[in-house]
Amino acid sequence: MTAWIDVCALEDLVPERGAAALLEGTQIAVFRLLDDEVVAVQQKDPFSGANVLSRGLVGSAGDRTIVSSPMYKQVWDVRTGECLDAAGKTPQDLASYPARVADGRVEVQAVARVVEPVAEPGADDEVGR
Amino acid sequence: MSTQTPGRVVVVGGGMVAHKFADELCRTSPDGDWTLTVIGDEPSAPYDRVHLSEYFDGRSPEALVMDQTPWSDPRVTLVIGDAVDRLDLDQRAVVTRSGRVEPYDNLVLATGSWAWTPRTEGTDLPGVFSYRTMADVVGLREWIALRSEKLGRPLSGAVVGGGVLGLEAAAALQKLGASATVVEFADRLMNVQLDAGGGEALRVLITDMGIDVRTATGATRLGPAGDGPVATMDLSDGSTIPADVVVFSTGIRPRDRLARESGLAIGDRGGVVVGPTCRTSDTAVWAIGECASFENEATGLVAPGNAMAEVVVDQLFGGRKTYERFPEGTKLKGVGIDAASFGDIFALTPGALEVSFSDPVAKTYKKLVVSDDAQTLLGGVFVGDIALYSSLRPLLDRPLGADPSAFLAPEGGGGLPSVDLPDDVVVCSCANVTAGTVRDAVTHQGCMNVGDVKACTKAGTVCGSCVPLLTKIVNTTLEKNGIAVSRAMCEHFEMGRAELFELVRHEGLRTFTEVIGAHGTGRGCAVCKPVVASILSSLGFGHVLEREHAAIQDTNDHVLANMQKDGTYSVVPRVPGGEITPERLMVLGEVAQEFGLHTRITGAQRIAMFGARIDQLPDIWKRLVDAGFESGQAYGKSLRAVKSCVGQAWCRFGVQDSVGMAVKIEMRYRGLRSPHKFKIGVSGCARECAEARGKDVGVIATEKGWNVYVGGNGGFTPRHADLLAEDLDDDGLIRVIDRFLAFYIRSADRLQRTAPWVAEYPGGIPELRKVLVDDVLGIGAELDASMAEHVESYEDEWRATLDDPEKLRRFVSFVNAPDQHDPDLAYTSERGQVRPARPGEKADNNPVIARHLEVRK
Repeated sequence: MTAWIDVCALEDLVPERGAAALLEGTQIAVFRLLDDEVVAVQQKDPFSGANVLSRGLVGSAGDRTIVSSPMYKQVWDVRTGECLDAAGKTPQDLASYPARVADGRVEVQAVARVVEPVAEPGADDEVGR
Repeated sequence: MSTQTPGRVVVVGGGMVAHKFADELCRTSPDGDWTLTVIGDEPSAPYDRVHLSEYFDGRSPEALVMDQTPWSDPRVTLVIGDAVDRLDLDQRAVVTRSGRVEPYDNLVLATGSWAWTPRTEGTDLPGVFSYRTMADVVGLREWIALRSEKLGRPLSGAVVGGGVLGLEAAAALQKLGASATVVEFADRLMNVQLDAGGGEALRVLITDMGIDVRTATGATRLGPAGDGPVATMDLSDGSTIPADVVVFSTGIRPRDRLARESGLAIGDRGGVVVGPTCRTSDTAVWAIGECASFENEATGLVAPGNAMAEVVVDQLFGGRKTYERFPEGTKLKGVGIDAASFGDIFALTPGALEVSFSDPVAKTYKKLVVSDDAQTLLGGVFVGDIALYSSLRPLLDRPLGADPSAFLAPEGGGGLPSVDLPDDVVVCSCANVTAGTVRDAVTHQGCMNVGDVKACTKAGTVCGSCVPLLTKIVNTTLEKNGIAVSRAMCEHFEMGRAELFELVRHEGLRTFTEVIGAHGTGRGCAVCKPVVASILSSLGFGHVLEREHAAIQDTNDHVLANMQKDGTYSVVPRVPGGEITPERLMVLGEVAQEFGLHTRITGAQRIAMFGARIDQLPDIWKRLVDAGFESGQAYGKSLRAVKSCVGQAWCRFGVQDSVGMAVKIEMRYRGLRSPHKFKIGVSGCARECAEARGKDVGVIATEKGWNVYVGGNGGFTPRHADLLAEDLDDDGLIRVIDRFLAFYIRSADRLQRTAPWVAEYPGGIPELRKVLVDDVLGIGAELDASMAEHVESYEDEWRATLDDPEKLRRFVSFVNAPDQHDPDLAYTSERGQVRPARPGEKADNNPVIARHLEVRK
């Protein structure tokens, strides 16, 4: 069982906005959403290389919750890290981190999750793995 | 097209039509094996003579030079400042005054016209000018500056000739600080283009401008002053008027000397005789433009010359294109008064009917000439309001489709009848583009707006008078093709910014949650959130970092600084009007040194400091605010800076205090949120050193006050600002700018700069002027009030932030490690300052140290 690491109080975060945090030396972006759900993704913007994603705007695209890069406006699903709009570039997903609120504290696990590739049916034998 | 080749082509003349010919030749035959030599006697490359008067609005001679692309074609040689002295038709060569001999296979005469001046006594005195070339207008300006300095007073000016150019010249005299009297031999102004009713309406408008109009009068003699130059003008009515500067604009004559002397056929009224192919009496010689006499008439406009150029290029490659006289219309420009006409102005067609409407209150006059059955449009005259000119001119000699009086009824009478132009009707006569070509560009070439169509067809790119019509055709075609021109901002809001602005304003919505709840869906995005943030701020609903507003600000507005490529920020304090004390300058130096920031002077006359980390911003700004600086909003969609020249305080030429006015303006509009950033410039004289006409609002001093221009832009699509109002006093100037900005903020689209907003405003500048200056919509007081509210409620965003611990919380590096900062930042040294290091470069995380790194070569 991976340990939950204490980051900050929920009250330290503003609804629909992010903050940067250091997670065992790794920079992450933690977002507090409207219903006090918290999510975390990598802080580094893969397109610009700058550590800025916590400063992106949060919003919605259909039923997904998104974050936009403040640098060149690419868009990701903030829950999964999936790149939804690469603004004309090759899409690059974000690593996401398990996050939760416990006793008014924001906690994150230092386990980077990568987006599950959506395999095309019949493209290989490992569909459904 | 056959394989015929033009061989060695020589063009005599370096004007607009020669330019058109060169351009057309290069476009028609991008790979052909031919050579072209264009020989012009003026000292500059072909320039836009049609817009010559814009020189007096601050457009430089360089800016008037036409597109230089043809001259960079290796097959093309442009010779300037050398006149062709004679033609050798037998040897097929031209000889220039400098002795250059240029053999040709095809010779094109494009020598244009010269300004005819009557042999009045005294026309050779210093201070007497023609009005045709760049040298004329440059000389005129110099003369007025020098002579008024010598005489120690404003000059009295007189223009002989009340035609289109004469009126342009009179307006130019006024712009240069001289008074103007127009002397016209005929009984009315623009007597060739206007009937009696139109001429009378124009006289009223011109007189309103302060120009003295003397019709049915001739100039009989010019008298010298004691020191030599012209001083008086005797008139045929026996009176004498003061005249320290005189401009003759008494008509043009074809420049046909070369053709005459070499024996080519010459028309009865001058000009080189050409047929429909534009070939002269020598098969290897062609003539185009104003020097050509077609059906015994020489033209005086650029559009027929351009058409002739196309004909000759086509013929040179064996094509069959021919020239036919096309309906010429004339429009007064550069004067600030609208007058235009086309077709059978005087109803000379047998049985022709005239329907006219004269409104002495609105000071307008409109007349349509139609066939005896009132079905076919034969001509039109418009003074004071020329909206009909561009929409009806293409219908010349075609069915009007409605009762003529329906077009002339005052506005409010149900609007104009809609007109569906046939495909073969020429919409843009400058570029010779038909309605069909425009529709094709939309339907088959994928053009989605007027801008696309301009780029694709060149329609509307020369004189611009057809743009309203063009817009209508483009939009109608888009709609017909089922392309709904979507105005939705994003998936969360179905309406555009302007509509949302009105909804928020009327309903008094004050937060993003309220706005999206009432008029949107979902939770917003990076498109709509900043728009709503801007609207709420424009409406004065509090500090951008207040309460819920903070969450919807773009990162720049969120931390009141402009993000750079490595995630650090720039710091740009306000330096109103570009004026800064030595003490404050030193504070900037100290702060930059201490924090290791890169400093540079910005294009907006401010000092920017680069490389500030998010966690350093409050410390840096604390120092700046304590020294009296405030936020410069370099990060916001808001007023950036007001640029000024040094003005009357120091400059030998300044006529007003441009720095004082720039400071006043900057302090008034600082912090004002708008659909996009906007910039203002103030120049202390017509030399325009502040480049104000490249700004959203440009203010240029005159002897009498201030002229204000709007809708200028640099950047990707440069545009000179258009004159909105003239000779305003300080308060009048502020009121016009107040209203312009308030109206722009209210009605522009998301991220729409003022340049396209002005360009796309229905009816353009004349309509805007009615709204903002004449207040025809009755919203002036409302606009004034909204700006007064802004001025009243202004607070420095940075000072307010520093005073509020809650707002300061966001300026933290890591929420769980505020004592550390981004370890990935890496700087190296270049020219004695830091910049972000590239991979592999020697670098340090601390810019203060990095600044002293040795640069590895």
